[in-house]
Amino acid sequence: MAEPQPMLALDGVSAAYGGFQALFGVSLTVAPGEAIGVVGPNGAGKTTLMRVISGLIPPRQGRIAFEGQQVGGWPAHRIVAGGIAHVPENRRLFPALSVADNLRMGAFVPAARGRYAERLAWVYELFPRLKERQHQLAGTLSGGEQQMCAIGRALMSGPRLLLMDEPSAGLAPVVVEQVFALVRRIRAEGFTVLIVEQNVRQMLELVDRAYLLDVGRIRMSGTAAELRANPDIQRAYLGM
Amino acid sequence: MSDRGRFLPLGAAALALALVPLFGPPSYVMHMAVQILLWSFIYTAWSIMGRFGLVSLGHGAFLGIGMYVPALLWNLYGVTPWLGIPLGVLLAVLSALVIGWPCFRLKVVGHYFALVTLALTEVARLSIIAARDITGGSLGMTPKPVPGGHSWWALQFVDKAYFFWIGLGLWLFGLWAWRAVDRSMRNPALEAIAEDETAAAAIGIGVTRLKLEVTLISAALTALGGAAMGQYLQYLNPETHAGIGISLQIVFAAIAGGMYAMLGPTVGAVLTLVLTEALRIAFGTTLIGAANTIYGVLLILFIIFMPRGIVGLIEERLRARGAKA
Repeated sequence: MAEPQPMLALDGVSAAYGGFQALFGVSLTVAPGEAIGVVGPNGAGKTTLMRVISGLIPPRQGRIAFEGQQVGGWPAHRIVAGGIAHVPENRRLFPALSVADNLRMGAFVPAARGRYAERLAWVYELFPRLKERQHQLAGTLSGGEQQMCAIGRALMSGPRLLLMDEPSAGLAPVVVEQVFALVRRIRAEGFTVLIVEQNVRQMLELVDRAYLLDVGRIRMSGTAAELRANPDIQRAYLGM
Repeated sequence: MSDRGRFLPLGAAALALALVPLFGPPSYVMHMAVQILLWSFIYTAWSIMGRFGLVSLGHGAFLGIGMYVPALLWNLYGVTPWLGIPLGVLLAVLSALVIGWPCFRLKVVGHYFALVTLALTEVARLSIIAARDITGGSLGMTPKPVPGGHSWWALQFVDKAYFFWIGLGLWLFGLWAWRAVDRSMRNPALEAIAEDETAAAAIGIGVTRLKLEVTLISAALTALGGAAMGQYLQYLNPETHAGIGISLQIVFAAIAGGMYAMLGPTVGAVLTLVLTEALRIAFGTTLIGAANTIYGVLLILFIIFMPRGIVGLIEERLRARGAKA
């Protein structure tokens, strides 16, 4: 099978906050249409990985290529305009803004403004619940609805790659199920998705391939089935 | 309510106000009116950024720069304020850029931003004092009067009506600028930044640029207000027009009136000026300092019990009544 040209390729990426280095030479690829998971314990550098891809922090070393273009070090708004949207950890909605205004802000980049109405209609079609609640303040939504709104907000920029940081964090188990169902629908819509999660079991049912990140380094990678069958993963993350 | 529906009464009120000087009100009333209009404009200018959590204590500097640049150019080189005022505004905008850009780039927010801008105000005040050969230092300065006292070229008028109309025009311009920021995408984007800067950046809002834009707008309008104030008072003093004192006065008045509502800063200007005058008349020269103390206590009470100001409170009440009905 010929390797398709990757949509996203990280090559030896390191990142740090001041003197604290959180990522050490991380390399990974995401092909168009794939769903890729990055798993790892707390403090492994998963959120840092998301932030470095979305331009919130610059890489110290290494290269980040998106659709063949070097995007490492670009400011976040340029990355969003380029086609990568970020659903941050804990949703990070604007609680005092209405659901509609939160979605509107997702289409802030000039490239997305022209297609705002069209995308809004599409997001409402995808998540009818958001349409029902459009005038409500985002802070008053339930946890699952907030995740819906955060995903909808990210989709408003018209991304080709969606970064999702711990979509299940802080949600009740039954809501986590719903959120993973949302992610499946996003996949079915044809989006390429890169997810980081602590919830390894459910994540491995969702993605095509996954990487294991630990203390800032990629320790293992493979198809979801391979990782599920790996004894170390089974012992450490699946409780088997 | 539609925009037109809201602006019709405002336009009618402005027109009625514009006719006031024709009835020849007493000079004292005109003096108060001009002060209220000019300070309303300046407080509105501050609130244009203040309402997004960008609390600047640097507006004393912008005011002072806007005031001193045209006066100095006039006194030293005979340059008309028509040129001096734009130059003053430009210099204020540049100083806002020099302070704002690194602050926003390096994510200096909240109290830290207030402190950095406070330093700017002090630099402006101390610079004016240090240049006492041309500015008169702490004694203040007076723009050279023209013979007869009335000149469009020098922007000096004996008749207060001219400054009343200038003040009215500036005040309306300030309200228009407020609306312009509101109606663009900037308003929700700046609110989003105020709520969660990182999330705003993550979804593609250019945080640094937006904050800088609104800061420069605010600084420019404040400098313009300062220039008009200087031309009106014909007396400039670094202590009352450039220092910490004036910066705090701006912040207090905007908060008391309500910095989140378009007419809040205007209410703040009326309130603080009327209060200052009432206290001055009540205490006169006896018990010096009592007026300032009462003023300070009232403002503390305002900030604690009415953080959204008078207009904010009224809006809240109206909404509560509307919800009940």
